[in-house]
Amino acid sequence: MFKDITIGQYIPGSSPLHKMYPALKIILTIAYIVVLFFLHKPLSYAAFFVFTAALILISGVSVKIILKGIRPMLWILIFTALINLFMTQGETVFSIPLWAFSINISREGIVLAATMTVRLLFLIVGASLLTLTTSPLQLTDGIEKLLKPLRPLKVPSYEIAMMMTIAIRFIPTLAEETDKIIKAQTARGADFETGNILRRAKAMVPILVPLFVSAFRRADELATAMEARCYNGGGKRTRMKETRMKKLDAAAIAVFLLCCGILAVLEYALKI
Amino acid sequence: MIKTENVSYVYQPSTPFESAALKGASLEIEDGSLTAVIGHTGSGKSTLIQLMCALLKPTSGRILIDGEDITAKGADLRAVHRKVGLVFQYPEHQLFEDTVYKDIAFGPKNMGLDEKEIDERVRESARVVGLKEKHLDRSPFDLSGGQKRRAAIAGVLAMNPKVLILDEPTAGLDPKGRDDILGIIKTLHKMRSDMIIIFVSHSMEDVAKTAENVIVMNDGGVEMHCSVAEAFTHAERLQEIGLNVPQITLLTDRLRSAGIKLPEHIYTVDYAAKAIAGLVKGGDGDV
Repeated sequence: MFKDITIGQYIPGSSPLHKMYPALKIILTIAYIVVLFFLHKPLSYAAFFVFTAALILISGVSVKIILKGIRPMLWILIFTALINLFMTQGETVFSIPLWAFSINISREGIVLAATMTVRLLFLIVGASLLTLTTSPLQLTDGIEKLLKPLRPLKVPSYEIAMMMTIAIRFIPTLAEETDKIIKAQTARGADFETGNILRRAKAMVPILVPLFVSAFRRADELATAMEARCYNGGGKRTRMKETRMKKLDAAAIAVFLLCCGILAVLEYALKI
Repeated sequence: MIKTENVSYVYQPSTPFESAALKGASLEIEDGSLTAVIGHTGSGKSTLIQLMCALLKPTSGRILIDGEDITAKGADLRAVHRKVGLVFQYPEHQLFEDTVYKDIAFGPKNMGLDEKEIDERVRESARVVGLKEKHLDRSPFDLSGGQKRRAAIAGVLAMNPKVLILDEPTAGLDPKGRDDILGIIKTLHKMRSDMIIIFVSHSMEDVAKTAENVIVMNDGGVEMHCSVAEAFTHAERLQEIGLNVPQITLLTDRLRSAGIKLPEHIYTVDYAAKAIAGLVKGGDGDV
């Protein structure tokens, strides 16, 4: 069961989205989300939908996988929509009588519920497009580049990036280890499924103790291995695969600004 | 008896990472046999043994233990776990209790045995694997590497399984530790005449020294299932699929082709030593 874990569920590919400079991709994703919150008109959202659909098409990631990413957020979406629907005061469209009370649904509530749901949906799709097209290593590279200007403020950008890389690197290893330990203890008749909460918590001991022991052992081995290769951290380190801005990235910025322009016209200039 | 019928297993089906580890393996393993499973990395050895312990469910096919289908819907998996003991690779990584005694007792305790029975089983299995009384009260983390592994094996033995499966029991041990573990396997085979013992190994030397039968896995299928002696007569085929015959067999084969009259199919050092000694005593001028 733990073998199926894929962090950020990166789907390898060779689309322009995959090849973009990671740091720029992160910035553009943030900008994408910011733009989203400036939109109010249905027409703007329609345009935004077209742009997002085009992005998905370019990325080559199947729609099925993107929809799968939305599924875990479904309850939050429904909850947000319901809260907005019922809790917004305004011009009552219809009311549901309920004994002594009545629940009023306002026009503003309907609009707000719809906008919030659509915004959240786009937000999830945008963020998952980033993680679907960027490998964890590229992602840390991007974060390192973005934090670099904060270096004079004593933000340890290289160290943060290195820690993230190591953490991401060890997730599958530890997941495999956990899987193996669970199997081994199951084979020895351990029972993780029955009993009350206290019993079940106690049943985790045979898993957690070996897992911690092995995590510490691995950390120790890794530290020794890094030291043996003269790792000393800091800014003098170079990378084997250096990422650079290319023509493609300039084009991406241009396309993004163009889309922003179209959205601005639709949202503010047109009087529909 | 363990019987697998056309068993297949696919990891992460219907994802981009889908991979078939086992493609239709059919086997029959007799009661009281001592069988080694060998094969190249990724040949499906580990998957096969996890299926036999009902830790994985086959994608297709059936597995019968003593005629009982352990892959059927609603099969009692806990009963299977009791019957089939599995010692994982590096089993010492699963030790967790504060004393060796408690760790060995974990399995029997889960089976719901009474104190007296547990105590007997713990001491008996510790004795079989060569752990002394003084070790039982120590923390398992204070033992040496070889002792830890033996303690972990004792933990599975204490459940008194009908089938004992060991996944690379000698991995990462020094020659002395290897011989100790292989010795334990042989002793068990002699002691419990109806116990099925299966062990996975990478080392042809270990297989030659210890096992009676061998299952050769290749690319998710069963390539051979025969006696060890017979398997080594197919030396060429073994080398084709990335496995080696023991060094001593290679050596005696070369000696033979150089004109020295040694018998065919020598695969243990002991046997080779005897054959060469016989030749020297016989003194027919070849050696």
